Amino acid sequence: MSEQKILTQKQKMIYAFFRNKLGLIGAVTLTILYILAIFAGFISPYNMTTMHNNYRYLPPVRVHFFDHQGHFHTIPFVYGLKQVRNPVTFAMERKTNVSKMYPIHFLVRGEKWSFFGLFKSNLHLFGISSDAQMMLALFGTDKYGRDFFSRVLYGGQVSMSVGLVGVAISLILGALIGSISGYFGGTVDLVIQRMIELLMSFPRLPLWLALSMIIPPSWPSTWVYFGVVTVLSFLGWMGVARVVRGMVLSLREREFVLAAKLVGQSNLRIIWKHIIPNVMGYLIVVATLSIPGMILGESALSFLGLGIKEPMASWGLLLSEAQSISSIALYPWLMIPGIFIVITVLAFTFLGDSLRDTLDPYKVAKRS
Amino acid sequence: MIPMMFAISIICFIVVKLEPGSYISQYMDNPRVSVETVIQLKKTLGLDKPAVVQYFMWLKEVLKGDFGYSFAYQIPVSKLIWGRTGWTVIVSLFSMLFTWLIAIPLGIYSALHQYEVGDYIASILGYIGLSIPDFFFAVLLMYFMLQMGSTSVGGLFSQHFIGAPWSMAKFMDMLKHIWLPTVVIGTSGIAGLMRVMRNNMLDVMNSPMIVSLRACGLDERSVIWKHAVKNAINPMITIAGMSLPGLFSGTIIVSIILNIPTMGPFFYNALLNHDEYLVMAFLLMLGLLLQIGNLIADILLAAVDPRIRYS
Repeated sequence: MSEQKILTQKQKMIYAFFRNKLGLIGAVTLTILYILAIFAGFISPYNMTTMHNNYRYLPPVRVHFFDHQGHFHTIPFVYGLKQVRNPVTFAMERKTNVSKMYPIHFLVRGEKWSFFGLFKSNLHLFGISSDAQMMLALFGTDKYGRDFFSRVLYGGQVSMSVGLVGVAISLILGALIGSISGYFGGTVDLVIQRMIELLMSFPRLPLWLALSMIIPPSWPSTWVYFGVVTVLSFLGWMGVARVVRGMVLSLREREFVLAAKLVGQSNLRIIWKHIIPNVMGYLIVVATLSIPGMILGESALSFLGLGIKEPMASWGLLLSEAQSISSIALYPWLMIPGIFIVITVLAFTFLGDSLRDTLDPYKVAKRS
Repeated sequence: MIPMMFAISIICFIVVKLEPGSYISQYMDNPRVSVETVIQLKKTLGLDKPAVVQYFMWLKEVLKGDFGYSFAYQIPVSKLIWGRTGWTVIVSLFSMLFTWLIAIPLGIYSALHQYEVGDYIASILGYIGLSIPDFFFAVLLMYFMLQMGSTSVGGLFSQHFIGAPWSMAKFMDMLKHIWLPTVVIGTSGIAGLMRVMRNNMLDVMNSPMIVSLRACGLDERSVIWKHAVKNAINPMITIAGMSLPGLFSGTIIVSIILNIPTMGPFFYNALLNHDEYLVMAFLLMLGLLLQIGNLIADILLAAVDPRIRYS
């Protein structure tokens, strides 16, 4: 006997969301990535900026469970390194030293890190003892011997927040401009719409590049970060504004807006209190779908050296080290941040598509 | 179109003028250039006047076909940009062709095999193409080409063809090089185009027209290829016009990495050098190309679809 349940609108939405497998995968992936980024200090075995001069351009270290004699170890370990002179070229080369084994410990004390300036700790999720003749560089190291795994995690903090902050700004901008355009109509509407068309039809990257040149080079990196976000959102609000305008145009004639007007509420208050909440669901969808563009934009800017700058890191900036043919041929692990960009963008796209199916007002209307 | 170009020129000008520092101010720090020379230079270029006056001075010259003077290259901008613009258009067109050749058949295929394995694979591949940043894809392809033993990656021509007069051999050599940027730039557009094509195709296939054609006893092949595809492909022309900005963005960053003589590397260097007139000229050219592209798309649409009439 199956019992017919009556679901509320919210329950229906949740149900629909969980039915979309791709959207769910996207949401789970993003959650993991955000946890990795937020707790970068705890998860990464080293600090992002610590230079290990003996380990420049160390390839990703292999973690073993079986030693070279085939014995199984319950605690994973890494082999040590030894310097060997190549008999032909006389160049120093690194060889794995199978006689030295360094087990990976969990919850070890290591370098100090700070959690967004709130508190400090030196506890790390995993690591090898600090006197080991080896680095636990899961993704290898860069030209200064900085642990690339840690850098990728810290870079995630920037790359993954740029999208969110940028979208938040462009949402506010877009919602405001869109509702003004739709609510007042007439000449205001015409001018704003032409402006949107213009900005939308122009290639974004060259404008982004030109705009990011406005950020003074003397600024500290945190300011530059906000500068970059502002530049990104400057060309990101048009889609939102379009949607909001359309919604406002249809809502403008509704009874509840008329009622609010009769009560004597101001235009701005009507827009914020009555119209924006009504288009919120759709706004969330548009926002989620525009995050990938922002992330890609940031990475492109940083890749070209016009975005985030040192000592901050972002995936685009990390990738910029893999720009020349020689470095990709010799140190292919420098391309790892690119994989993270692809995964993040894919996850956001899947999530956005799924949210659109879930929150689409027309579809919801059909379902209920 | 003309008011649009006017607005674009204003935006170009504002963006460039907002940038801190200029090429002239770099002269100020140069001990070999005297202060008097700098002041004199500013005067001849009109840089001591208010911004609005400067804008109209610039606009007047641009309308005459003079885009100003490139500080870094020491020659008039108009001598620099046309060749670059040409290559930008060529690379963009190649990329567009590539996108269409892949996306349209894939879109038709997935519409005809909706919810089958092929449909899913096509859309997942399209999604991945959408998510790979152009520059990362370029780097990745370069890596694989190096792994496969290729030595000359990037550029448009092999060493010995640079500067050589055009010939069949040179053309073939160009084709050997141009596929890389074409694939990189084109890939990001496939997903979107494919999805639109799939939706169009589904709409048409579910329309009564197809039912009646089938009822008339037309065989499935001509139903699909002569009628359904023909109807579904029309709206794509508008999409082609809309995809231009993305293509140009793509050419810029990919050209910087692969070292292709489009506007990209040039624009980038001009930006870094604060070569104002060059930057403005490039932005303006991009705007012009877009407007022309959209105009062509509109005309094509009217030519292909007799139902559309612009009055």
